[in-house]
Amino acid sequence: MSALLDVERLEVGFGGRTSAVRGASLTVERGETHCLVGESGCGKSVTALAIMNLLARGGHRTAQRLTFQGDDLLKLDDRGMARLRGNAMAMIFQEPMTSLNPAYTIGSQMTEVMRRHKKVSQRVAIDRAADLLGQVGITAPGLRLGQFPHQLSGGLRQRVMIAMALMCEPQLLIADEPTTALDVTVQAQILRLLAQLQRDLGLGLLLITHDLGIVARIAHRVSVMYAGEVVESAATAQLFADPKHPYTQGLLRCVPVPGKQRQDEPLGSIPGTVPRIGPGFEGCGFRDRCTFADATCAHAVPHQTAAPGHDYLCRLAP
Amino acid sequence: MFRFLVRRLIVALLVAATVMTLAFILTRLSGDLAISIAGPNATAADIEAVRKAYGLDRPVLEQFLDWVGRAVTGDLGNSYFFQTRVSTLIAERMPVTLTLGLTGLSLALLISIPMGILAAVRENTNFDRAVQMVALIGQAMPSFWLGLLLMIVFGLSLGWLPISGTGSWEHFVMPGIVLAFSAVPALTRLTRAGMIQAMASDYIRTARAKGLSRASILLKHALRNAAIPVVAIAAVQLGFMLGGSIVIEQVFALHGVGFLAWESIAKNDFPVVQAVVLVLAVIYVALTMVSDLLNAVLDPRLRA
Amino acid sequence: MSTAVAVNAGPRRGWKSAGTWIGAVIVGLALFCAIFAPLIVPHDPFTQDLNRRLLVPFWMEGHNPDFILGTDQLGRDYLSRLIWGCRISMLIGVTVTIVSGVIGITIGVLGGFFGGRIDDAVLFAITTRLSIPVVLVALAVVGLLGTSMTLLVLTLGLLLWDRFAVVARSTSMQVRNLDFVAAAWCAGCSRFRVLSREVLPNIASHLVVVATLEVALAILLEATLSFLGLGVPPPLPSWGLMIAEAKDYMFFSPWVIVIPGVALFVLVLGINLLGDGLRDAFGTRSRT
Repeated sequence: MSALLDVERLEVGFGGRTSAVRGASLTVERGETHCLVGESGCGKSVTALAIMNLLARGGHRTAQRLTFQGDDLLKLDDRGMARLRGNAMAMIFQEPMTSLNPAYTIGSQMTEVMRRHKKVSQRVAIDRAADLLGQVGITAPGLRLGQFPHQLSGGLRQRVMIAMALMCEPQLLIADEPTTALDVTVQAQILRLLAQLQRDLGLGLLLITHDLGIVARIAHRVSVMYAGEVVESAATAQLFADPKHPYTQGLLRCVPVPGKQRQDEPLGSIPGTVPRIGPGFEGCGFRDRCTFADATCAHAVPHQTAAPGHDYLCRLAP
Repeated sequence: MFRFLVRRLIVALLVAATVMTLAFILTRLSGDLAISIAGPNATAADIEAVRKAYGLDRPVLEQFLDWVGRAVTGDLGNSYFFQTRVSTLIAERMPVTLTLGLTGLSLALLISIPMGILAAVRENTNFDRAVQMVALIGQAMPSFWLGLLLMIVFGLSLGWLPISGTGSWEHFVMPGIVLAFSAVPALTRLTRAGMIQAMASDYIRTARAKGLSRASILLKHALRNAAIPVVAIAAVQLGFMLGGSIVIEQVFALHGVGFLAWESIAKNDFPVVQAVVLVLAVIYVALTMVSDLLNAVLDPRLRA
Repeated sequence: MSTAVAVNAGPRRGWKSAGTWIGAVIVGLALFCAIFAPLIVPHDPFTQDLNRRLLVPFWMEGHNPDFILGTDQLGRDYLSRLIWGCRISMLIGVTVTIVSGVIGITIGVLGGFFGGRIDDAVLFAITTRLSIPVVLVALAVVGLLGTSMTLLVLTLGLLLWDRFAVVARSTSMQVRNLDFVAAAWCAGCSRFRVLSREVLPNIASHLVVVATLEVALAILLEATLSFLGLGVPPPLPSWGLMIAEAKDYMFFSPWVIVIPGVALFVLVLGINLLGDGLRDAFGTRSRT
């Protein structure tokens, strides 16, 4: 059986001037939590938006393969894609404060998505919405359904977004840094909720984050993105134990691990910033910041396999 | 919200009081009213008689307080020329002006909201540029001149519409178009800007992520938010239109309040002039309050 | 992010700047006509000759080559009156804007800079001003006091300061909170010095844009008042007055109202184009 979501060599450009994503590949299996990590501007969010075909105006996507439940998303027109979105595949965003329409009640916005895709009565949709609000840990769902977004806190709004995404029982949920804009305590609650829902509902979850702490706790599989490419992908334990790509190694050195870190050892950092990469860029995007870089890095970079299910993009031997 | 409304009401009353004072001062600017009223051939005795008859021999402050006292109770005095109560005169003429204003506003909204939406959806296309061009042209078009041109084309050459008067609804078509023309640029730009802002917002991305239809995204989610300032401004625009209708009423010989004011200015009929200024100002202030209320009704964040 | 913006602005900028240039050319031409009107008019704009009334303009059959745009109902050369009318329009537009600018900027800066009670009073003044119907009050004043250029300019100036006040208030409010103004306070500068040296220069670009648009508005209003017979006194050839005087003949010879109307329309359009261009150039997009 094919993977739930299979993306191969996805490219996204904006107006021919910048390439935000350069041949990124990743797969999400059914019932798997797949974390996509990387620093700001590496193309994580754009990848997610491209999968959903939600790129902002001027954005253009191409891919060798882009399938969802075996269906080719590249062949779908806008209508076909709209039938999937909010239905079999749902997405939640980074900014809970602005992601809900200020002019409509929570109830109206939640039922709308179900009534469009499932052709149910308002009564059924309301019941489902109230039920889901309860599931995402919102007390007094009946009251909340009649409220407007501005009457809710950021954490509550993100819970509403999650509940709304679950209205049509999606197979795949894409969560684009869902906790970044929230308070630290609320962040933990939302993550716990996502992990629990993923387990209970058997969701495929593509979680985009730059927080490796989150990854270590809830991911089954991790893909590391750098400058528009997935530079390394492995099962979580494998990646943390044996990172192959210099960038992944650098990332892991930046995270303090209690017990493993010696007191006097300085926390690592990667010098420099993500380069600006236009069309026609060749070679490894990381080479300017990489301590192992040599002349060959300016040319084609080999795709290597360190172990079954552990792929990386670097000339260095496994 | 309630406190806000009370505050607005107090401001509105203060504005009305200020305008009353200004309107009174305005009519006293020319010096001795009695001389103007009595006319150029009047003798000193005539002027004295007029002064007595209209109470102009009293101290200015007393005249002012008297006028204010009556105006508050709805008595705006008597017209020198028509020899009837000013309030009756204005009440008779108001329907024409209101019809004209509402026709103009409806036409303006019917034109500018669809144009603004389409321009926003097709931002930076030729259509968008054409819409902005129309807005620029509308802004530069002198309304009285547009009125005359329409009269030549539709009234004379094509013979489709009556040239002047108030006999039937057809009489309001050309004046309505001219009046609408003055409001279209602002309303179109506001709709366009609001739609562009709304379409770029996160909640529209959410709506797209929910797989909603394009119509629902545009009209239910984006327009609902973009329309808030447009509707609010439309109420204020109606106030400006009523004030500006004096020109159009004169061009098309529509006997509305503006025409009455114009006649009265020509005839030195001061009670009518100061009353019309006051009435139009009060209507404007009332419309700004309507605008605030509409804002509160449409934007749940302002309700509370 | 910056590149995305640049991509969006690319095609638009070319079109916009074309508009700005057209506007600049129109305004430049109008200024030239206004300043040198007495030197460039082909005929005396005030000389009447009833033997050559309503001569047709050059594009029509039977025109007189001496009178390119024909003559009016009193036999006065239309082109000369048009050029002279431009002088009047520009003169009124600029002087009204100076008067209203001085009033509006003073009020607006006071409110925006000092805030509190003063700002309440300023907001109240703006609200009151907006509730007064401009055309009606201007007509009434001129009707009561008689038509004269000075009176017209003062009346319009006293009525049209609202946009200046609104923009000056909001921009100086923003500037007041910026760091360099705070620094000037700390350095012990006087209020007047902070206002004149720090605040005004920083809101000047916004005010220039308002001023441009305000000139256009004043010109339109003057034409309207003159059209209604209570603006520029005859026989001065204001464009609005020319249209009013020619109105009785427009059904037989439409060009008598078309020519001054087009002149008025083009001039106002040109000023607005220039104003929009300046706004984009200064990057001062405001909501008005």
